[in-house]
Amino acid sequence: METLWPQIERILPTVSKPARYIGGEQGAVYPEHAPGTVAWMLLYPDTYEIGLPNQGLQILYEILNERPDALAERAYAPWVDMEAAMRAAAIPLFSVEQHLPAAAFDVLAFNLSAELVYTNLLNMIDLAGLPLHGADRGGADAVVVAGGHCVFNPEPLADFVDAFVLGDGEEVVGEINGVMGAWLDGSPPETRDRTELLRALAGLQGVYVPALYRASYEDGRLASTVPIAPGVPPEVSKRTISDLADWPYPARPLVPLTEVVHDRLNVEVFRGCTRGCRFCQAGMITRPVRERPAAQVREMVQRGLEWSGHDEVALTSLSSADFSGIEDTVREIVDDPDHGGRVSVSLPSLRVDAFTVGTAAEIQKVRRTGLTFAPEGGTWRMRTVINKLITEEDLYSAVDAAFSQGWRRVKLYFLIGLPTELDEDVLGIAALGARCVEIGRKYQKGVTVTASVGGFVPKPHTPFQWFGQDTVAELERKVALLREEARRTRGLTIRWHEPAASVAEGLASRGDRRMGAVIERVWREGGTFQEWSERFDLSLWEAALAAEGLSVDEVCHRDRDSDEALPWDHISAGLHRDFLWGDWQDALASVAVEDCRWTPCYDCGACTGFGLEHVVASPVPPAGGSQGTGQDLSVGDRIPVRLVSRVP
Amino acid sequence: MSPEGQRRLRLRFTKTGKVRFTSHRDVARMWERALRRSRLPLAYSQGFVPHPLVSFGLALPTGCESLGEYLDLRLEPSGPGEIPVADLPAALSALLPEGIAVEASALIGEAEGSLQQEVASCDWELEVLGVRDEELQERVEKMLAAPMLPVMRERKGRQIEDDIRPAIRTLSLTSPNGHLRAELATHPRGVRPGDLVAALGTPAVPGRACRTHQWIERDGARFEPLLTSEPGTDGDATQHARRAFPHVRDGIQPEPGGSPPGATGGQR
Repeated sequence: METLWPQIERILPTVSKPARYIGGEQGAVYPEHAPGTVAWMLLYPDTYEIGLPNQGLQILYEILNERPDALAERAYAPWVDMEAAMRAAAIPLFSVEQHLPAAAFDVLAFNLSAELVYTNLLNMIDLAGLPLHGADRGGADAVVVAGGHCVFNPEPLADFVDAFVLGDGEEVVGEINGVMGAWLDGSPPETRDRTELLRALAGLQGVYVPALYRASYEDGRLASTVPIAPGVPPEVSKRTISDLADWPYPARPLVPLTEVVHDRLNVEVFRGCTRGCRFCQAGMITRPVRERPAAQVREMVQRGLEWSGHDEVALTSLSSADFSGIEDTVREIVDDPDHGGRVSVSLPSLRVDAFTVGTAAEIQKVRRTGLTFAPEGGTWRMRTVINKLITEEDLYSAVDAAFSQGWRRVKLYFLIGLPTELDEDVLGIAALGARCVEIGRKYQKGVTVTASVGGFVPKPHTPFQWFGQDTVAELERKVALLREEARRTRGLTIRWHEPAASVAEGLASRGDRRMGAVIERVWREGGTFQEWSERFDLSLWEAALAAEGLSVDEVCHRDRDSDEALPWDHISAGLHRDFLWGDWQDALASVAVEDCRWTPCYDCGACTGFGLEHVVASPVPPAGGSQGTGQDLSVGDRIPVRLVSRVP
Repeated sequence: MSPEGQRRLRLRFTKTGKVRFTSHRDVARMWERALRRSRLPLAYSQGFVPHPLVSFGLALPTGCESLGEYLDLRLEPSGPGEIPVADLPAALSALLPEGIAVEASALIGEAEGSLQQEVASCDWELEVLGVRDEELQERVEKMLAAPMLPVMRERKGRQIEDDIRPAIRTLSLTSPNGHLRAELATHPRGVRPGDLVAALGTPAVPGRACRTHQWIERDGARFEPLLTSEPGTDGDATQHARRAFPHVRDGIQPEPGGSPPGATGGQR
C-alpha cells in the first residue's frame, strides 16, 4: 500500500503542532510489509505528545519488530483540527513511520491507560475505515485488540474491540502474532472465517474475546456474563511475566523530534506494588512486585543515555523509592563521570518520609523548586481506611527535610470522596497543609504549599469496587468547604480537578456492556478528547445515558452488595474476591494491612494463583517511613493497626 | 570575554523534508541531544543552573525549509579523542534526524558578532498557490511599485498593522516553476514568508517555503556566515571557509595518531 505522505503534507501547514504527525523519532523502524509478516498498528488513543512516551507501547513495538514474522508501526489520535482536515481530504488514520493507511495493517492494538479516552478509541477505529462494531467486521478487516490497565473492566468497550489482552503483554503478544499468522496464511480475505480467529484467540491465556460471552440482565441489573461457545473459559486470567530481567525493554527508546510529556529517558525499575493502597487499581492488578536487577537498571540507564542524548532519567515504577538499594543506584547514576555530572534522576513517585527527601536531595543538587508528596487522606483515620499509612510525623519530617534543604514549594496530593469520608477528613487536608506552611516558615519566608485534590473514582479489582462514589454536587461541596478553610492560611493553595469529569470516568470504569452504546453516542455527538478539560462535556454523557435508559446513580453512586454480579467478574487479575471483600470490610473498620513484600503472605491470590513470587532483592524494607518499616504506626492515632513491626 | 582556552564553533545545517514541521525549539532540543551524544566538550554557563553555551540564529518559521541554518557554540579546550572540526559535519549529521544535515563547521573568532545581530537579510524561495504565473508577475510588480505594504500581524497576542515594504529588498519570479524568490531584510523586524504572500492578496496562499541563504553585510560586502563545502573537498569546510572569509580562524588539528571515537556513534 502506498504512503499517504503526499496528501498529509498538504494539510499539515493548516493544523496546530504539525510535528505530531511526522514521526521520524530516533528508534523508529520502517519495516517492509510482506506476506507472511503480521502487520501491527500500535495505537495510543490520545495526542502524540501524551502517547509517545508510553512505555508499554514502546516495549511491544520493539518486541514485535524483532520478530521475523511481525512488524509494528504506531499511530496516535489526531487532534480535533487534524481530524477535520483528514476527513475533509479523505485521509484515513495513518502510521507515523511510513504514513501508511490503517488498512495496511492486520491488527490494530490499542493501549488503554485511562477511561476518558474511550471515545477516542471509537474515533480512531472509524478513522481507520473499519466498521465500528466488531460484529460487523469481516475476514478482510483488521482485528482490533486492546491492552493496558483499563481492560480489567473490558465490558464498556465490548462492542468495539475484538479481543482484550489482560496483564503483561511481553509474552502473549508473540502468541497472538502466531495465531494471526496462521489465520492470515495464504487464505484470500473473503474466505477467512473471523469466528475461527476469535476462537483461536480466546484459547490463549490472558486473551478475552467479548463476542464469545453473553451478558444477561435481571430487573435492569447485570446477572451474569458467561461463555457461549465451547472451550471458552468462564474466567479469563491476566498474564504476568515472572522476571523483569528477561525483558530489558525498551532497549532503544523512542526519542521524538518534538516536545512530549516526560521528555526524558525512562527506565522501569520494578513492576507491581504491594503497598496495598486500597484506592489504587494499578497496585492491585500488577502484583506481585518484580524488581529489575540493579545491574540491569544501571546498564539500561547507561545505554539509554548514550543512545538518546537525554540529560534526565526517570526510574519508573509505582513507588520507586521502594526499589532495593535505590540510594546506591541513584548515586551511581548522578556521580557517573561519563555523564559529566550533568544527568539528573527523577523518581516520579516519592514516598512520604524524610529518608526519601534525602535521596531527592542527592538527585536535585540544583534547581530545588518543588517537591511532591501524596498523603492522599487528610486524617490518620482516613489514611487507615485507604491503607496509605503515612503518619503525620512522616509527613512533617519529610516537609521539614524538604524546606530545610532548600526546596521552596511543596505539593501535596489528596483524594476526596473516599469511603467513610467525613467533613473533618476533608478539613484535615487544610490542617495538614497549614502545618506544612508553618514548618516551612521556620526556614524561609515565601514558602508555598499546594494541596491538589482529586475526586475519587472507584476502580474494578480494588477493595473499593463496591463503593458508591460521591456525586458531583457532593464533591463540589467538599471542595468549597476545603477552600473556605484553606483561606485562613497564607501560603496554602488548594487546587482541584473538575468534579464533573469523575462521573464520566466512573461510568467508563464500572459500567457494564450497555455502557458501549453511551460511549458511542458521546462520540457521535463529537465528544472526543474527554480527558482534556477544555473538551470535556458532561452534558453529552448525561444525554447519552438518558437516551439509553441508564442512570448515573445506578452505575456510579450506589454501594454494591457482596453478592452482586460485577461486570468484570469473569476477568481475573489474580486477586481473590474474598480477599478484596475482606479488605473492603477492613477499610470500613479502619483496619490497615501491611506490605507483604517483607511480611508473611496474606494470600491475595496474585502470586499463588499463578505460581509466582515476589522478586525483591532486599530481604528487608527500606529504612525510614512507617509503611511496614519498623516505625510504630500507632503514634498517628489510636486506631488499631494490624501491622507486625519488623526492625530492619 | 572568553574564559581561558574556550573556542567558538559555528555550524551550518539544513532543515528539509518532514522535519520542517518541527518548531525552532524542537530543533534546539535535537541539537542539545546530538551535542551531548557527540561528547564535544561544550562550555557551560556559570551560575546556579548551568546551561550549554549554544546560540541559534534567526528562528525559522515552523513548516519552512532551509538550506542555510546556523548555530554558534562554545567549546572548552580540546581533550583527547575530540572530533576534529573538519569531521564534525559528518559526525554530527549522523546524530541528527533525517533532513538536518550539517554542511559546514568552523572555529570563529571572538570578535565575530552573534548570528542574531549580524545576519541582515535572508533569501527565500516561495511557492505560491492559488494564482497563475502571469497574475503573480503582475502582483509582484505592483508590490515593488508600492510605497507601503501594510499587513496584519500578530505580535504578543495582538493584531497590529505592519509595513513590510521596507524589508523587501528583491522580489522576482523564478522560471520555469513560477516560485517567488525574495531577499528579505531581518532588521528592524523580520518579514515571514507568510506575511509576504499575504501582501500579494487573495486568493494567493503560501505553499512550500525555503530559506536558501542568510547574509551578513560588512563594509559594503555581503557574505554567508559560513559557506558549505564544495563537492570534492571532503567536508573540509574550515579550509574552504578560510579561503573565502578571513574572519574564520583555523580549525583545531586532529590529535596526533588518534582516531575520533565519538564519530561512529550514529543511528544504528
